[in-house]
Amino acid sequence: MLKTEHMVLNMGPQHPSTHGVLRLELELEGEIITKVTPHLGYLHRCFEKHCEAMTYPQIIPYVDRLDYLASMDNELGYAVAVERLLDIKVPERVEYIRVIMAELQRIASHLVAVGTYGIDIGAFTPFLYCFRDRERIITLFEKTCGARLLYNYIWVGGLSHDLPVNFVNETRDFLKDFKKTIIEINNLLSYNKIFIERTANVGVLNIESAINYGITGPNLRASGLKWDIRRDDPYSIYDRFDFEIPVGKGLHGQVGDCWDRYFLRVQEMEQSIRIIEQALDQLPEGEITSALPKRIKPVEGQIYSRVENPKGELGFFIVSKGQLQPFRVKVRPPSFVNLSVIGELCKGHLIADVVAILGSIDIVLG
Amino acid sequence: MIYEFLANLFGSGVIASFISGALPVVFIAIFTLFAVWLERKVSAHMQDRLGPMRVGYHGWLQTFADILKLLQKEDITATDTDKKLFNIAPVLTFMGSYAAFAAIPFSSAYIGSGIDLGILYIVAVSGLVVAGILMAGWASNNKYSLYGAVRSAAQVISYEIPTVIVILTVVVVIGSLNLTKITEFQTSRFWDWMIFGGSVAGIKKFILLPFMMIGFIILYISSLAETNRTPFDIPEAESELVGGYHTEYSGIKFTMFFLSEYANMFAVSAVASALFFGGYHSPFGYLGNLLGVSWLVPIEQFFWFTIKGTFFVFVQMWLRWTLPRLRVDQLMTLCWKYLIPIAFVNFLIVALIMVL
Repeated sequence: MLKTEHMVLNMGPQHPSTHGVLRLELELEGEIITKVTPHLGYLHRCFEKHCEAMTYPQIIPYVDRLDYLASMDNELGYAVAVERLLDIKVPERVEYIRVIMAELQRIASHLVAVGTYGIDIGAFTPFLYCFRDRERIITLFEKTCGARLLYNYIWVGGLSHDLPVNFVNETRDFLKDFKKTIIEINNLLSYNKIFIERTANVGVLNIESAINYGITGPNLRASGLKWDIRRDDPYSIYDRFDFEIPVGKGLHGQVGDCWDRYFLRVQEMEQSIRIIEQALDQLPEGEITSALPKRIKPVEGQIYSRVENPKGELGFFIVSKGQLQPFRVKVRPPSFVNLSVIGELCKGHLIADVVAILGSIDIVLG
Repeated sequence: MIYEFLANLFGSGVIASFISGALPVVFIAIFTLFAVWLERKVSAHMQDRLGPMRVGYHGWLQTFADILKLLQKEDITATDTDKKLFNIAPVLTFMGSYAAFAAIPFSSAYIGSGIDLGILYIVAVSGLVVAGILMAGWASNNKYSLYGAVRSAAQVISYEIPTVIVILTVVVVIGSLNLTKITEFQTSRFWDWMIFGGSVAGIKKFILLPFMMIGFIILYISSLAETNRTPFDIPEAESELVGGYHTEYSGIKFTMFFLSEYANMFAVSAVASALFFGGYHSPFGYLGNLLGVSWLVPIEQFFWFTIKGTFFVFVQMWLRWTLPRLRVDQLMTLCWKYLIPIAFVNFLIVALIMVL
């Protein structure tokens, strides 16, 4: 008998489709995967420890960097957590602007997910169509607060700037054009025969393991569970809007395969359009900051507050000892938790499928 | 013929054969420069951007700049590579695609070598490319390169089978493997091209027509696979294997692979147009015949041949920037379960039609 052993292939950290600095250690038998070990921590910013040395408003620019594709949603999550700790209400106009920004950011984040997923599968063109539209969202943000990626816009108790002139009309124009882009993406990618062949029935995540691994966000919904924090544990003013929560149906294969996870993001973008349109219609006039003391000093206590980020549940656990700085901040990151399932999903698939599965989980290693 | 013309001009057969042998290299070089620019422009305009715009008018000199840059680059050979094989591989790969040009009839006046086994020779010599790629993958001592090379070998060998069957289908109708004869059989009227049933007399032509169309589609799909273009670009699938078999190559050796890829693209397109689209024939007569200037005809033929070849290269680019990539096993399934049986049945039917 010849002595045979499995081949170990290092995928990353300098690999085009590991979506940042992730290293996957693949154990292979030919092209078939027997084991996947993800190695993280190439980009660690000691965020939680930093927070203990800073005042509550100072933390916001750091929150931006948690998931750099969804900074607005991160800020919203943090602002909501601190406001709950302080037990204050923010003005109506602020709430509406926050929802508009968060949903625009959700579209932008999903556009990156959908576009880069196309590249992972080998289609380059949809990526640039996605980025063309993402660029318009970023331009809207830039007009609002001057930054393109890390905004420092949503503050505790308010916002840094009011909306710029003509923002409402420009957003409406964008949404009108964006509806066409979704149709375009669907024709070019979602319903492409080769794309379906590559993604359907690949990396099937059933509902039990999804819950056991603590998967949240689009990945959980793609497995068939209708769970969205915007509806089930409402924050801000999400309970006022009429929107649907898409779930994976297994149109081209089993429920919870890569195609479901991909297509759910496309459907979520459509729902985000609905929310933004309603918010733009109802947008009231008013203040953009609430009356807060200069030095924010919550009373002793603790809070766990969670929001629905584009990638899943983003939770902030904040402990206050009645000082200017928080005593402890713990973040429950969606990408980190979602990535843990990759070992189970990849087993028995081919190398090409690892790329497809990793892309469909949509991680950001900020 | 170019060779006789040159031999008369220089009075020496050696110089003449040297020049006429070097002509394809000149063609490949110029074509690659153009094709790379075209690819960038085509992809750019499909993707809502402009592509290269700075160097020359609409960036047409960009490729020159890139080639210059590649030539100046350090020629890196990683430590644990098999030096000999590593250095031979790019040359061998380029040789394979260059040698194929010997039997391609560019016009009635120029064909490198008008051998009777022309089309078979092209198929056989293209196989050298696989040897080069395998060599590169093995010698690089890199797991990604090895995967790319092994995939490439499996892919090219599999897809040669439907290609050859389709070629046989055409050969059965025409009765020759000589590409000049195959081209001459399809006259300079486009309804006599093989894709429309060829210049076969009577009702047979119309019976042949659908089968020839099927044959062409199969040939084109397999030619995409043989040149490692999307949707069959798995040997160099960037998102999976980084650079595939040429991951470790840089500078001039990388340029060789690059040249070889584009030369191959034109070679398969040239074969497709020679077999099905009348080769160097104009679709509607020649200006030279009309004006009574006989030396104009071969030049026109060269023009038409290049146009047809470039058109198919353009279609390859079009597909590349539209379609996603298949997986390895799906690629093999497509070849062995669909293309080969269909091509074979198609071949049998055409043979039957010709016998009856």
